[in-house]
Amino acid sequence: MGKKMLMKGNEAIAEAAIQAGCHYFFGYPITPQSQVPEYMSKRLPQVGGTFLQAESEVAAINMIYGAAGSGARSMTSSSSPGVSLKQEGISYIACAELPCLIVNMVRSGPGLGGIQPSQGDYFQATRGGGHGDYYMPVLAPASVQEAVELTQLALDLADMYRTPAMLLGDGLIGQMMEPVEMPDYKPYKKLPEKTWAATGWDGKRERAIINSLIIEPDRLEKHLHHLDEKWNRIRAEECRWQEEMTEDAEIVIAAYGTTARVCRSAMRMARAEGIKVGLLRPITLWPFPYDALSRLADTADKFLTVEMSLGQMVEDVRLAVNGKKPVEFYGRFGGVVPTVREVLNKIKAMKEGK
Amino acid sequence: MAVVFEKTKMLTDTPFHYCPGCTHGIIHRLVAECVEELGMQNQCVGVAPVGCAVFAYNYFNCDMMEAAHGRAPAVATGCKRVHPENLVFTYQGDGDLASIGCAEITHAATRGEKITAVFINNAIYGMTGGQMAPTSLPGQVTTTSPYGRDVNSAGYPIRMSEMLATLNGPAYIARVSVHDVPHIIQAKKAIKKAFEYQLAGKGFSMVEVLSTCPTNWGMTPQDALKWLVDNMIPYYPLGVMKDIGTEKEGE
Repeated sequence: MGKKMLMKGNEAIAEAAIQAGCHYFFGYPITPQSQVPEYMSKRLPQVGGTFLQAESEVAAINMIYGAAGSGARSMTSSSSPGVSLKQEGISYIACAELPCLIVNMVRSGPGLGGIQPSQGDYFQATRGGGHGDYYMPVLAPASVQEAVELTQLALDLADMYRTPAMLLGDGLIGQMMEPVEMPDYKPYKKLPEKTWAATGWDGKRERAIINSLIIEPDRLEKHLHHLDEKWNRIRAEECRWQEEMTEDAEIVIAAYGTTARVCRSAMRMARAEGIKVGLLRPITLWPFPYDALSRLADTADKFLTVEMSLGQMVEDVRLAVNGKKPVEFYGRFGGVVPTVREVLNKIKAMKEGK
Repeated sequence: MAVVFEKTKMLTDTPFHYCPGCTHGIIHRLVAECVEELGMQNQCVGVAPVGCAVFAYNYFNCDMMEAAHGRAPAVATGCKRVHPENLVFTYQGDGDLASIGCAEITHAATRGEKITAVFINNAIYGMTGGQMAPTSLPGQVTTTSPYGRDVNSAGYPIRMSEMLATLNGPAYIARVSVHDVPHIIQAKKAIKKAFEYQLAGKGFSMVEVLSTCPTNWGMTPQDALKWLVDNMIPYYPLGVMKDIGTEKEGE
């Protein structure tokens, strides 16, 4: 590889996963992510992998439980209503500590909602999503190239920490075409052997029991302590974000995914008009870059969060800023993408103190 | 002294938690003996359900997975696709397989997924305390059908074996019972055949085992066995519903 190709986000994600040795895909069609299963159905047989169109998202995530529990790199993809259906399974996978990748190409909701881009699944993604106490790494690409890189990183993080990991793209990331370079895949760190997998027991190791049922409260509490320790390690070691022009910024915008690109253009236009604007773009939505935003609260005057939702990430921004500076919000939703002009007008209004 | 009988190595020494008179223990042993007799104990993965057999992973002495309620056939699918050389079985009750997991078992069957489902039909939800099952008989009193199952409101019990036998994917589907020794011997033969078909790559196989629940039926173990014979077998006739081996011989 290494040569630049024009690829649709969904297809690039699928190819990146295959390049990273993810050869088991179980999924179900739903707009706007159906190009992932379509691409997988064509490519996986060529590399000796398995593509299976499940009878439902519920079945697909439980097939992942079986495949991941058997030690295979595996993934599923869906979009918001479908990811809701997968939540039961994701909760089981988190408790049983099975590494896998879940792609959510978010569309607008609630309910059947619409099929246009949205960032309305932020709460669901960053707070576990299913029942019980758990988190998972959530990575949010802002370009097709970054979607490729974060797909491979998400698979690595999953294996590294024995956790489900999520790639959260607003629908635009999946649907748009951009030039992309497929990297030669190398794991980001040395990954642990899957000695715990259920592969057939020869009596030479402990019997593998892939399980999320721990009925004695003492043992379950101990297991949750163990999971909590793991989440804390991920918080300490895997938080990723990007800052642009934040050093001298009076107004810092926090935005992720496609919205961050709209905000970057608005930031440049504001700078051209003499307004010192910076941008902080979380790359991992969980763990969230609280510390980076907290530091900026000492230097910036105001914060603006822009999202394709009624305001979800803004709650994390407020937690990070912790009342030190005002945090404002601008959102478009229901499948409407904010324009550069709208964000620029909001910046100007904030500058003028309106 | 000559050893005339040994417990199969495919069962651990963990004592069963099942109620007195429950036939799960017999069926566990039949499944375990079949795996051992086929020489597959080192290449076997079982998938436990939600229900009375939820702790089956403590009893079967092989690698095990514990599935969400009804999802065992999906979990087994993922498992089998990664390690097709393994013998993969699910062990599911009637609530798990015939109610909440109806989609998963039906699609595993129609895909001809090379797994074996051991389906325990005792016409009631055991673990949750005796509620109506999809297989509870018309008129059967349970904690959620206190006036007896009213088919006008609750509908009719579902015959899973007959339903799945209409599909092309299954290689072998049989309904057996464990209410007496001759039937226990027949049940073992059916389970073994189901496993053999899986190992031969013939397709999906399922053995439905009529089972008793003395605790939630409110009967003595002996009365429960009689109730099974008198009430369950007329509605759920025993026999082989599908066998692609004999179909081919007949052609």
